[in-house]
Amino acid sequence: MFGEILEGLRKALELIISIDPTVVQITLRSIYISGTATLLSVLWSLPLGITIGLRKFPGKNFVKSTFNALIGVPTVALGLVVYLILSKQGLLGSLHLLYSPIAIMLGQALLVSPILVSFIASAVEAVDPQIIDLAKTLGASELEASVAVLNESKDGVLLAVISGFNRAIAELGIALMLGGNIVGWTRVLTTTIALETGRGNLSIAIALSVILLLIVSAVSTLTNLIRRRR
Amino acid sequence: MKRFGAWGMTFLVAAAVAVVSVAGTSYYMQSYSRNRLIVSTTTSLFDTGLLDEIETHFEKAYPINLNFISMGTGLALRFAERGDADMILVHAPSKEFPFLEEGYGLCRKIIAYNFFTIVGPETDPAEIEGLSPEEALTKIMDAGRSGEAKWISRGDDSGTHTKEKEFWTSTGFDVTVLQKENWYIEAGAGMGKTLQIAEEHSAYTLADMGTYLKYYHENLITLKVLVSQGQPLLNVYSAIAVNKTLHPSTNLDGAINFTRFLVSEEGQQIIKNYGQDMYGQNLFHPAVELLKEETDQTLVQWIQEYAFLNGYECPPEYQDEHQELYN
Repeated sequence: MFGEILEGLRKALELIISIDPTVVQITLRSIYISGTATLLSVLWSLPLGITIGLRKFPGKNFVKSTFNALIGVPTVALGLVVYLILSKQGLLGSLHLLYSPIAIMLGQALLVSPILVSFIASAVEAVDPQIIDLAKTLGASELEASVAVLNESKDGVLLAVISGFNRAIAELGIALMLGGNIVGWTRVLTTTIALETGRGNLSIAIALSVILLLIVSAVSTLTNLIRRRR
Repeated sequence: MKRFGAWGMTFLVAAAVAVVSVAGTSYYMQSYSRNRLIVSTTTSLFDTGLLDEIETHFEKAYPINLNFISMGTGLALRFAERGDADMILVHAPSKEFPFLEEGYGLCRKIIAYNFFTIVGPETDPAEIEGLSPEEALTKIMDAGRSGEAKWISRGDDSGTHTKEKEFWTSTGFDVTVLQKENWYIEAGAGMGKTLQIAEEHSAYTLADMGTYLKYYHENLITLKVLVSQGQPLLNVYSAIAVNKTLHPSTNLDGAINFTRFLVSEEGQQIIKNYGQDMYGQNLFHPAVELLKEETDQTLVQWIQEYAFLNGYECPPEYQDEHQELYN
């Protein structure tokens, strides 16, 4: 077993050093698709997270625990639901989005939304409520008060976005089901790992896993650096 | 409220990047999708790498973009029924017939065949080596019931799984009964994974030759081929186009072109040679010339009995004005 892992590590090093064009392409595609998915999700998750965190409304706890629970949704289950929507006979079938990068982006954006909403809501809740009051007494509007709170919870928001991205780039079910693992089009790191494993090319699969891990840890380290600098 | 600007800008930039990225991709997608042929295919053709080889040659000759989606035959048929594929490459005749009869498929063409093999541990506790497929299966069951052997079933509704169930049934056993016995293990996995599970359990299983050879040569398994000939092990691959009347946006012309290529001399030659340089033997046998010239009477009869519908590889009513494919 260790022999295979060592062989995989050696192969990983080889692929990285030689800048294998296929591997570079697949890696960039992974970052591009999952990055876009995360940004898409920010569009609705940020306002939603702030609202849930700031406002008091009946059923707030229920809403929060629902989003918390959805963090654990199996990717294949979500993939299947989105497949049924994008399928020719589905609601959005006429858009012909199935087996395209956009299908993966949509699926992953939905996947990471509960993470973003939950984390952002918690970060916003953790801000001292006096800040809002203070802002309001200084004549700030509701929106301006939200921004003041957001300023206090920057780290939390950043953490939410990074966690979302890491979840998106490391998932397999949605990319496989909605993208179809098509060469040069929807083949990303995780689907290649699954394919090469199925083909018995274990060392390539391990090599790609190492690259995936490197991306995830690089992103996390980068965030830590940014946070410390301030 | 100076900070308002900074946050607003960050949000706007994020929004802009997301929108530009999606818009750019969809713009690029339009040109990409223009001549796209989505083929949902059985894993054994894809995982062996045969289709990669075929794609390279096909795309040189035709301005068509081949997109293979690899999945088990059961799922491939379901996706095609919903119109999510233009064409299927499968190997489960008993499931292909209803697909044609219910109006989902057209222009079925048998493209290749090979034989499944029964593989098992080198010690061969059930002593099946060299037996006929039926005898082997009976012995495995006897050994299983006395606790000396195990059988790993794919259990994933793929073509191989369908074959395996038919094989047990034709040998005279009821799979629903066997499923409850503890020597009969359902993997619910692809071929490669199933072989590895069989390896771990020192168990017997039914495998397609391509995946077996690949795993054997990579030293991932030590299982041996014990039974590899006989009518019940025959495995027939066919191509079926998806009916355009049900799903108007499917690429029927592309599917017909790809079928033509697969049955052409060039396509059949690729199938015939694939695997020679890696394993010293071919993984698939071309079927077109065999069925046309009837060079091997027994084999042709086996294929006709197993994979023909009402005496045709594709009955005339499903040929959709493409009779030339069948002459």
